[in-house]
Amino acid sequence: MKLSLGPLQYYWPRQQTLDFYESVAAMPVDIVYLGETVCSRRHELRLDDYLDVANRLADAGKEAVLSTLTLIESESDLKALRRMVDNDKFAVEANEMGAVRLLAEKKVPFVAGPTLNIFNAETLGLLAGLGATRWIMPPEASRDLLVGMRPANIATEVFAYGRVPLAYSARCFTARRFNLQKDTCEFKCIDFPDGMTISTREGQEFLSLNGIQTQSAKVYNLLADLPDLAAAGVEILRISPQSTGTADVLAAFRARIDGNTATLTGDSCNGFWHGRPGLEMIGKAA
Amino acid sequence: MDPSSTIELVCPAGGLPALKAAVDNGANCVYAGFKDDTNARNFTGLNFDDAGLKEGVRYAHDHGVKVLIALNTYPQTESWSRWTAAVDRAAGYGVDAIILADPGLMAYAQRAHPNLRLHLSVQGSATNYEAINFYRERFGIQRAVLPRVLSLAQVEQVIANTPVEIEVFGFGGLCVMVEGRCALSAYVTGTSPNCNGACSPGKAVRWEQTPQGMETRLSGILIDRFADGERTGYPTICKGRFEVDEETYYAIEEPASLNTLELLPELVRMGIRAIKIEGRQRSPAYVAQVTKIWREAIDTCLSDPAHFAPKAAWMAELNKVSEGQSYTLGAYNRPWK
Repeated sequence: MKLSLGPLQYYWPRQQTLDFYESVAAMPVDIVYLGETVCSRRHELRLDDYLDVANRLADAGKEAVLSTLTLIESESDLKALRRMVDNDKFAVEANEMGAVRLLAEKKVPFVAGPTLNIFNAETLGLLAGLGATRWIMPPEASRDLLVGMRPANIATEVFAYGRVPLAYSARCFTARRFNLQKDTCEFKCIDFPDGMTISTREGQEFLSLNGIQTQSAKVYNLLADLPDLAAAGVEILRISPQSTGTADVLAAFRARIDGNTATLTGDSCNGFWHGRPGLEMIGKAA
Repeated sequence: MDPSSTIELVCPAGGLPALKAAVDNGANCVYAGFKDDTNARNFTGLNFDDAGLKEGVRYAHDHGVKVLIALNTYPQTESWSRWTAAVDRAAGYGVDAIILADPGLMAYAQRAHPNLRLHLSVQGSATNYEAINFYRERFGIQRAVLPRVLSLAQVEQVIANTPVEIEVFGFGGLCVMVEGRCALSAYVTGTSPNCNGACSPGKAVRWEQTPQGMETRLSGILIDRFADGERTGYPTICKGRFEVDEETYYAIEEPASLNTLELLPELVRMGIRAIKIEGRQRSPAYVAQVTKIWREAIDTCLSDPAHFAPKAAWMAELNKVSEGQSYTLGAYNRPWK
């Protein structure tokens, strides 16, 4: 089983981001997804920067993949998308259907991202026919759904660790927190390297706001479910970058895959994989 | 040409009485679903069985009104045949189009019913013309319903770059999240719009009067608490009040309805082909009222777009039926962003 590092969902300062990927070169990870997937206004790194990072990671023996935005609205978003699709070196993870159109037209293999809403074998087969060689299950999808689909000729990747990306909006909730509009947001999200946690009115940590994206406040953690993931045919586990501890998380998953023991502490959940509400923890956390 | 055919008014029919109310008050199309999770308004007491749909199609067609059937959830492999059967049923009743989100199901519909018109549902999350053209090239969709996230300028850009007819939401409840890209309800309740056709389902809701006020919970999670005399709201997650750094506020969205009546001349000028009214879960009286006003507004606008202004009486009536009793232009209006 392989490990991947999902696209960085947060907005970190340029140097912090570059330093992070510098360190990733030495981490026990096979595949690294690079690119801004959340907000088209974020520009600490641009495509050329990500291509530099991709080349360096490739030199270090990693498979680098470029990830598209999830919500493509404007002509300039489309322009950026076309440039990414035409990079001619690295595979692209399509996170919306406009990207699928361009990649299929170009007849290049691609990765079908987690927001394409692939829930059945027919849709999966269709995307494989268009050139998808790998797909990431929607976070809300369960083990039973995967097993029922019996994916053929395509590798299955599952979101296995990190705050779950739950929703996308046209509106920026981080800007809203500061009574700012999205178009003049002052890039407030750069001050929240792991998102901004919101709690219920009785103090229970509930969700994490990351610009236009809403995540779970709890960390999703399938470390204890590894044997089950393998049995269900999952080939790649996706770890979502956090501002601290990412190397430890990768090391723990790597150790478990290799048959050694490892644990990760913290308030976690794994409900989706078990066909339950996502915030539930089924079995014991590991 | 009949002016009303240049921009269609598409109205919700949660049941036969609402369907008739929409038809009687000037809808060009009604949209409806079956009584199960094949559509995104899978609520108890709503939607159509076979006898009801047969009668509804007859009534609508007798009055020159089209019937669109929403089959806009994502089928899963083990229940796949139920969705394809629903496509077959809709086709069998002679509906004018089906509204789909799942590519696999579109491929099926195109194969099995090559003459059946396909619309891309808002649940398909297509926010740009490349995505819309993808569905057109691969499955022959003829209309796309845009997610409620684009500004007017962005909507215009879409129209300029696709031959697919564009339908937008004009009025009703407002998802602040991109439709088809929200798993908040799945996270809390296990029931999702994508797979189960419902958000924040009634079975997970608890209303509880406490010394601090009326509390609303979803699967035990406190979504909001209302002081005595404060207008209460259904505990949809995105419309709850939450805390950040001791401040309690509507962290995601204030409860408000979308009302784009004042944008009508712009929508007409851009070449929008249809305006959708949200609310299959609302009463026949709501459908009648909203349809009537929008019919009058569209006709007034088409006859003299340069001098169109929403009548105060229309706005007042629409505000009365709005969620939260306030309204917004949503993303169409740039400052919202």
